[in-house]
Order: sequence, then C-alpha cells, then structure tokens
Amino acid sequence: MDRLIFGDNQFFGVNHMSEEKARAQAMRFQDTRSVIEVLDAALDEGIRTFMCTTHDRIAEVCNHMRANPTRYGEYLFYPGMPYAHKYNNAVTELGMLGAVKKFLPQGRLLEAAFQGGMAFAKKDVERLMRLLIDAEMKMFEGLNTPVIFLQNVVVDFLMGLGFKEAFRVFALHVQEQYGAEPGFLTMNMPRLLDLLEDVGIENPIICASINKIGFRMCGGIELYEKTIAERRFRPIAMSVLASGAIPPREAIEYVCGLPKVQAIVFGASSRENIRQTRMLVEEMGRPPATFA
Amino acid sequence: MIRLGIVGVGKMGLSHLSIINTHPAVQVVGLCDATSYVLDVMNKYMGFAAFGDYRALIDQAKPDAVIVATPSRTHGEIARYALQQGIHVFVEKPLCLSVAEGRDLAALAVRAKVVNQVGYHYRFVGAFQNVKRLLERGVIGEVHSFRVEAYGPVALQPKGGTWRSSKIEGGGCLYDYASHAVNLANHLFGMPSGVGGSVLHSVFSKLVDDEVYSTLFYPGGLSGQLCINWSDETHRKMSMHVEAWGKNGKLSADRQECQVYLRSGHFPDFELTEGWNIRYTTELTPPVRCYVRGEEYSAQLDYFVECIESRTTENVNSFASALETDEVLQMIESDAALGPRTTANTPPAAPPRPEGVRETLIRWLGGGPDHRRTS
Repeated sequence: MDRLIFGDNQFFGVNHMSEEKARAQAMRFQDTRSVIEVLDAALDEGIRTFMCTTHDRIAEVCNHMRANPTRYGEYLFYPGMPYAHKYNNAVTELGMLGAVKKFLPQGRLLEAAFQGGMAFAKKDVERLMRLLIDAEMKMFEGLNTPVIFLQNVVVDFLMGLGFKEAFRVFALHVQEQYGAEPGFLTMNMPRLLDLLEDVGIENPIICASINKIGFRMCGGIELYEKTIAERRFRPIAMSVLASGAIPPREAIEYVCGLPKVQAIVFGASSRENIRQTRMLVEEMGRPPATFA
Repeated sequence: MIRLGIVGVGKMGLSHLSIINTHPAVQVVGLCDATSYVLDVMNKYMGFAAFGDYRALIDQAKPDAVIVATPSRTHGEIARYALQQGIHVFVEKPLCLSVAEGRDLAALAVRAKVVNQVGYHYRFVGAFQNVKRLLERGVIGEVHSFRVEAYGPVALQPKGGTWRSSKIEGGGCLYDYASHAVNLANHLFGMPSGVGGSVLHSVFSKLVDDEVYSTLFYPGGLSGQLCINWSDETHRKMSMHVEAWGKNGKLSADRQECQVYLRSGHFPDFELTEGWNIRYTTELTPPVRCYVRGEEYSAQLDYFVECIESRTTENVNSFASALETDEVLQMIESDAALGPRTTANTPPAAPPRPEGVRETLIRWLGGGPDHRRTS
C-alpha cells in the first residue's frame, strides 16, 4: 500500500469547515478535466493511488484513464461505495425499497435485472448486496482496484443495526468477484474492529478519522491510540488535518508518530499543496509501508 | 436497561435505530411498521422482534420508551397512545399537523410526567448552540433582524414515491422541511407574534409546496425572514444558515462555522474581539458516543436517553416547544392562503407627518430615539 493516498472530497463540494469553500470547489471542479488535471499533478508527485466515491463523475475519470493506459497503467483506484448522498436523496424521494430498486441493474442487462427482481422478491439480502456492489463497480472495469471500500455512512449504519452478515458478504464478494481486499471506512474504529474480528475478517483494512484533536474519533483519542498500538489491523488515516483545524506539519507529525498507520488519505487542489504534503510525510515518515 | 421500541422503520426510523441500538443503556425490544418488507429483513438478519401494529408493540413488548418515525399525520395518534401508557416518547418532527391536536399532546405529556422530545436536531448542532449562547450573552447588541435559510435537494421531480409528496400525510416543504428552520428561529429568537408576506410555491411537486418564504414579526420591532427551498440541487444535503443583525454587529452561522462581526467590545469568555471572529465546527461540536450521519443525530438521541435516566421531563425540544413551531407553521399556511395584501390598486399609505417644532428641538438636542448624523 502506498504511503499517500489521494482523496476526492475536494472534487465534490465536500468541505467540513465552510459551505463557501465547498461551493467554490464544486464550481472549480464541475468540469472533469479540472479533476484530471489535479490527479495528474498528484501523479507527477508520485501519488498514484486514488480513493474515490462511486460518484457518477468518477466514471468520466475512469474513462479517461482507460483511454490512456501508457500514462495510467500503474494507477490504483480504491473505490469507496456508495456515493452516500445518491442513496440518501433517493431514499427520501423514493423510499427505502424504491431506492434499492433504482440502483439495481436495469435495462439492457436483462439477466441481472431479473436476478435483482428475484432477489428483491425473496428478500435475499446477500444476493441484493452482490448486485448493488457490481452496479457500483461497473465504472472501474479494466482498472486496478486492489482494495474496495465500503463508505463510512454505510459501515457505521450497518454496524449500528448489528447487521454483521452484511460485512461478511461484502468482504467475500470483493474477494471473489474482483480479487480485491475489502476495506472499511468508519468514524467508530475500535467498535468496528471488534465487529470485523467477530465475523472472521482478519487483519482488516480500516480507514478512519485519525487526528491530533480527536475529531470524529468515536470512543475517544486514547482508545484509538491504544487500539492502534495493540491490535492487529491495517489502519489508514483520514481527516488528518481535521478539516484544516490542525496546521499541516503538526497534523502529519502526529499521524507519522503512530507506527502502525499504513497510509494517509489527503485531499488537495493544487500541485503546491500536494508537494508540501508529500514532503512533510517524507520528512517525518518512514519508508512506505507494505502489506504484511 | 431502558427497553425501547421504534414505530416506523423508514429512513429516519432506521437511522435512529442504528444510533440507539449501540447505546449501552438501551435494549431495542421491537420494531413496528405498516409494511412488512423492511421489518421481515430486520427480523431475518438482525433478529429484531417485528410488529405490524404500534399498539401490539407497546402492549406486548412493553417498552419504557418509543421512537415514533412514521409519516407526520400519524404522529399524534401513536404518541397519545404511548403517553397514555406512561411511556417516554421521542417523535420525529413536526409534532403533528394540527395545532389543536398538538396542544392536547403537549398537555398530556406534562400530565404523564415522561420525557417528551421532538426530533429537531438542529438544536444539537454545535454552531447553532454557539449562536444561542452568543445571543443570550448579547454580543451583537439588540437584534433587529434575522434571516434563516434552508436549501436542499429533496423534491426534484413532479411526483415522489413516498408520503413526503402527499399533503395529507404531512408532506411538503412547509411541514417536512421548513419546520426545522421555524423551530430554530423560535429557539434563537422566540415565538413570533405574527407573520406576513408568506408564500408557498410548488416548483416541481404537483401536490405539495417546494418553497416557503415568510416574514416573522416580534413584539418590540424585531423581524426575521425565512427562505426555504427543498428543490435546490446545488446543495448535496440540507444546508441551514442563520444570520442575525444587531446594533453591535452581525452573526452568521451554518453547520460548519460560526462567524461573528463586532462593531466594538471585547468578550473574553467567548474569545471575541472587535471585527470578525470565526469558529469552526471542529471546535464547536462536542464528541459523540457513536457517529453515523452527523453528530447532532447521535447527540439528540443520547440526550433523550440521559433525560430518561435522570427523570428530567423539562427537556429540550419538548412537545410544548415543538407545538410553538406547529403554531408558526399554521400561521404561515393561513397567511400564504391570503395572497398579497397590497396590490397595484391599493391606495398609497398616508405620507409621514411633517416634523413639528418639538421634534426638531429634540433632534437637535440629541435626545430623540434616533440621533445618528445624516449628512
């Protein structure tokens, strides 16, 4: 796993500090070419892993990369599914069942549509989940996706319900169907680790908010530090800057001081900021971690 | 251990279940819904006891508390039954669709001496809690006007597939969306004495309103405006914004940040000085036990549990306070039905009376209500 992973919040108007900045970013990146420009800048800085939601516009990025295999042959996608607001807004508008139906395969994929209908009718959640994962993964066909993540809204929601089976099915399906490792985003890392161990997912990849001020680290910063120090899993740190509340040097220093953290997810909109982050990590970090 | 039941397992019911199910002091003893699909899945994969009728859930599973997250029209009936059995009730917003019914419920809740809370989660957003404290401290001086805005992408086509597109079920922007903004305005600025200039527009929806605009009037001269539109897809999700102007400055806040401009003065307790002062959600939001979709959703439910444990029945977002929101919603609805009060044919208002000798003298001597220099 690369030490630095490029995130995509900045491309989709997600900014936890300011609505104004979020809107400015949404305007700047409404043309996918400007997204690709920033990804290229990151690639030129040696950052070749992109953790992205399954937002419709990522499909355009995927098309571009597929069309240019010489430049992007080594490029790695870490898809995080689903793009939560797509589902959330559909649920508000169509209801729970309407939303599931909307995202099941339809149209030309007759067989899949039929399977979806059957699975739906039989309340076969395992089959439904597999079909929904395939629908989300379609845009990455032919690209490298060594780790496939379930987004935190879904992870934390299913964990709250106690729907353990869903985690097992997700892990199994991404392994079997895509030869990928399952990854999980969360704001409740210690509790999630308990659950994943419980369903037999060993040494899991967990991407969680890990930052010096304890922002969105449920269970508390001390429990996080203890969990990272003592338990067997592969943590990836996100929200390292706590949306800008921590100055970059201090933020990176903290995360690099946690030896088990495999990688850092960060977002940036300019080559200058990407370079600064890379140099800070090189200065404070150790050689890039590799999978055990 | 608090035994808890959930009536209505749609979007909000499941969201509440996911948060409260991990609470160490709570045991979920049953779910209820009118449709069986989700219930069956919840039962088959997670083992929750399922009930097709709320009375059966309450009578058989014997919960100490219930969360009611059904279509708004049914809130009153279910909450009443729960209160009659002496059960603590958390009900989704709005409290109900009729002020008369809400009044009965609020009174019943007081008599039942149980925790009664409505899901107005914006009162649990750190930035807005900060606004409340700043207003109480009077940092921007006497407030003379405010604006509460809320925009989001809920109704973007003529007909939705849920009760939210049916007026009679409690759908529509006013009751289902603007209620949050009205509640927040009531919380921050108090109960208005009247409303005017109200407009309910449909943008895409055929049967319900998608936009709500209104002016709220208060005794003493304060006025505020509501601008709510749930057919605005430039926002990823509901975004609420409050601005208030006072004689000593201005406050501007959304979920992410709280900006304060002070004309003068220094408030060390709030770390505020003259000019702009900005604080972000990272410092304004207290950590929560469990995060699913925003701290405020977790905070309001953990608060509900805390109130039950400490037998506090004078809780935040009580039925009585939510009733005030319903009263304002009803005022807006009535006002909007009247249409414009002043038209092109309305005779002009009487011109202002010329200033008399007495007023001129008072103004010169600087004793009048307004002695600003008007060069």
